Amino acid sequence: MNDPQIPPPGEDLPAAPTPCSRPSRAQRLLAWPITGFARLLTGARSLWRGCAPEPKQRIYFANHCSHADFVLLWSSLPPALRARTRPVAGADYWQRDALRRFLIHRVFHGVLIDRELHDRHSNPLQPLLDALAGGDSLILFPEGTRNPGEGLLPFKSGLYRLARTCPQVELMPVWIANLNRVMPKGRVLPLPLLCTVTFGAPLSLGPGEGKEAFLARARETLLNLAMEAD
Amino acid sequence: MQANTLALFAGIGALLALASLIGFVLKWRCRGADNPVIDNLNARINAWWVMVAVLGGAFWLGHGAVILLFCAVSFFALREFITLTPTRGSDYPALVAAFYFVLPAQYLLITYDWYGLFSIFIPVYVFLLLPILAAFGGDTTAFLERAAKVQWGTMIAVFCISHVPALLNLDIPDYAGRNLLLIAWLVLVVQLSDVLQYVCGKLLGKRRIAPRLSPSKTVEGFAGGIALASLTGAALYWITPFDVWQAALIALIVTLLGFFGGLVMSAIKRDRGVKDWGHMIEGHGGMLDRLDSVCFAAPVFFHLLRWGWA
Repeated sequence: MNDPQIPPPGEDLPAAPTPCSRPSRAQRLLAWPITGFARLLTGARSLWRGCAPEPKQRIYFANHCSHADFVLLWSSLPPALRARTRPVAGADYWQRDALRRFLIHRVFHGVLIDRELHDRHSNPLQPLLDALAGGDSLILFPEGTRNPGEGLLPFKSGLYRLARTCPQVELMPVWIANLNRVMPKGRVLPLPLLCTVTFGAPLSLGPGEGKEAFLARARETLLNLAMEAD
Repeated sequence: MQANTLALFAGIGALLALASLIGFVLKWRCRGADNPVIDNLNARINAWWVMVAVLGGAFWLGHGAVILLFCAVSFFALREFITLTPTRGSDYPALVAAFYFVLPAQYLLITYDWYGLFSIFIPVYVFLLLPILAAFGGDTTAFLERAAKVQWGTMIAVFCISHVPALLNLDIPDYAGRNLLLIAWLVLVVQLSDVLQYVCGKLLGKRRIAPRLSPSKTVEGFAGGIALASLTGAALYWITPFDVWQAALIALIVTLLGFFGGLVMSAIKRDRGVKDWGHMIEGHGGMLDRLDSVCFAAPVFFHLLRWGWA
């Protein structure tokens, strides 16, 4: 389906520490029932509207209404892309117990971000920059938290800072429709309802574009994608 | 599998082969030019091959597989129905019950041939249960409308469709061991009626029957499709417990019901502003797009047989 060759990361990236190891065969075997279940339950349909599923380095940014968001987005990618795409998740939630630690590190190969900023001197985005420097793609939820309502919350600044630091990485808006009905907040059993994952056209930081303007534009792009997808 | 069943599936195979050939010739005559109607026709024919193969496989495996297949069909249909008709947060318990309790329970009742409960479980007990569960959420916004949606979804997708495998439980004198052929006859006549309405409509269609509900349904398509499918149903009387005239009359009844089923279901789609229920079957749309006519025909066919022949 897709060329599994992934181009090396851009030359102008900050010097990277050791790139993260690829998920092993056993890890991929563990992920398979989870992605398979997500696809079966939601009949997941991926619509590539503004781009094709190409092996480029990308940051997929999407609306966040359920814990299953990144699982569904991740499942919607062709396997070759999925192997190099890592979800960005909150450390406070995923470090809480052994099962979650196992899932996020071993199965989903996630990049954890410290939302509570324990160390004031470190850059909270550093793990993301490291992953990008290693050639990986990321799944990011710029709202920062799950949104129980309609539409989108204001975006956090991380997306802008990544766009500025890594201009060679494509920023892909992705709208996940209906998943909030599948797994409403606070419920355990998912409902089988059809979901659609719509990929829009890549976005890039304009010359001299400020933080507020860029974040507003990115949010607007995602909202437009939602209207189109509906 | 019975000789009759094999003959029937061989006939359907020959018909599909002919359809594929026609599709291929039409495509070839376009010489690479894009023609959405012909592409859609070919997608539909290919999907028919898959659907016939799945049904044939279930027949070959036996009654259990047929019940399981229609249980899955109901699941996909209910999922499409509930996806398209928005519900609110407090409908969650009712929806959990519909998917994880009502659907399996209805098919278990068929498996154990408990007709007394099977026929009233959803229309009576689930009808009462679902709004009770929804009421616990304490949300009164559009309550009646929401209760009706969940109830109607279970009626169409679970109750009506479950009457197809329920045909296996009918005890018809001099027809023992051949009940699978009742399913084959019903599905074939109703689906053939849909196909012939489509073909007649594309070839001869001029006057639209209900332009606001379904722009593709025409008087010519309706008359031609219903007449030809009823004739086919009559010609296949030898696989049923009916004589020729009974077969023709019952075929007419189920094809008419199938037509009205399609009309009702497209009214729901128009109201929701969509063309198809889903995207499951290439060229056809979703499961409900293919089965809307069977939903309406199956319960009536079941009861006609139960009263007149069992």
